[in-house]
Amino acid sequence: MLNNLFSPDTLNEAWVIIRAEFPLAIWETVYITLLATACSILIGLPLGVLLVAGEKDGVLPLPAWLLKGLNAVINLLRSIPFLILMILVFPLTRLIVGTVVGTTASIVPLVIAAFPFVARLAESSFREVSPNTIEMAQSMGASPLQIIGKVMIPESIPSLISNATIAITTILGYSAMSGIIGGGGLGKIAINYGYYRYKYFIMLAAVVLLVVLVQIFQTVGTRLAAKADKR
Amino acid sequence: MIEIKDISKQFYTEEGTVEALSHVSLTVEDGDIFGIIGMSGAGKSTLVRCINMLERPTSGTIRIDGCDVGALPERQLRELRRSISMIFQGFHLLMQRNCLKNVCFPLELAGKNKRESREKAMELLNVVGLGDKAKAYPAQLSGGQQQRVAIARALATDPKVLLCDEATSALDPATTNSILELIRNINQKLGITVVVITHQMSVVEKVCNHVAILDGGQVVEQGRVSDVFSHPKSEAARRLVFPEGNPHSFYAGEEGVALHA
Repeated sequence: MLNNLFSPDTLNEAWVIIRAEFPLAIWETVYITLLATACSILIGLPLGVLLVAGEKDGVLPLPAWLLKGLNAVINLLRSIPFLILMILVFPLTRLIVGTVVGTTASIVPLVIAAFPFVARLAESSFREVSPNTIEMAQSMGASPLQIIGKVMIPESIPSLISNATIAITTILGYSAMSGIIGGGGLGKIAINYGYYRYKYFIMLAAVVLLVVLVQIFQTVGTRLAAKADKR
Repeated sequence: MIEIKDISKQFYTEEGTVEALSHVSLTVEDGDIFGIIGMSGAGKSTLVRCINMLERPTSGTIRIDGCDVGALPERQLRELRRSISMIFQGFHLLMQRNCLKNVCFPLELAGKNKRESREKAMELLNVVGLGDKAKAYPAQLSGGQQQRVAIARALATDPKVLLCDEATSALDPATTNSILELIRNINQKLGITVVVITHQMSVVEKVCNHVAILDGGQVVEQGRVSDVFSHPKSEAARRLVFPEGNPHSFYAGEEGVALHA
């Protein structure tokens, strides 16, 4: 089998497929990942704020039932395996996108899986802001919204960037999984060629590219976080 | 004038109720530098936080220039807090902002014009002797410098009152002296009333005109610094004035008491 795998014929065939399909697949993966991350941050970041600010002795206390409900929903969504979640949210996906297969359709389950994760990451970033700093702002007459906008968020920017990097690499992994339901990108290629058609080499190439993408995202994220941090 | 009347504060913890303050009454005159001294856990920090309602007293009233602070609605309380600045033991600067922007912070909260705020902040940084550090970030400064920036920030909104919560406790003696000198200057030049919370007698000695001694959540002694220092009446006062023990104090043990008697 190994002889077959790396025979000139196989390699030639693989090379043709790689050249034909990979550029689009890389683009799709980056597109899905970035768009899904952006949407998850859009939903998750405000929730992260509420999780911290909404506590009993936070700056913007929420009713206890609301905070409990929010925590429960986040935990619930986080406990469903992504593979199953993708299928569970089919009705919602159809409602929003009109179809359940394809690249754009895969963004819906990705966001639903990722925003609770992002909310937890944001929560942990905001908890790093010292209560003393918040008290300082209160002593100067800052309103709850000013404390959130001018203290909590700006003071945790470096940590938020680090955590966004974690989110992006996780979402990249999920996006590859969405290849199962026809979501485009490197994941689809790896599954279609590697799993369904035993083209091992193609799958390997797709995996290598995914690794490279993670490395790039992580390196850029780490640098940005370090640059943003003035401590 | 700050009138603290019969303030008590209870904290409810899992182990039960802790009485942090018990029937504290004090009056701080305008333009005074008033020291509140006590050992750790005596309730000083709680007391100073009651003045601007960061901590709500369980009972009693605080009046600032006749206005009952505890009765103010949120919005007006926030307005009032702009005229009662506070500096802290840990400085609490915003670490992701440079010094100039830190000093601008309270002005930004008050919705002041950006350009004017920057000018004012620059002026204040010069007052505290850090005009050249405007673009530096707090992490690049020493503790003493950070406290100077915090003082500049505290002065930005032209406060009537400056509350200092152990403001020099994290600093070495030389830096402590320079910060205390700065506080005294500010008091004299701008006429700002200053309340100094400390556990160090030397701090009170250097800057305060009046002092109250807090022990176990109660004021055990108060008056002019010179009087309290020369004739400490309470045990807590003696403990603070003679921390090492004094031949005439109770702390010399049975014999000391006998000799003194």
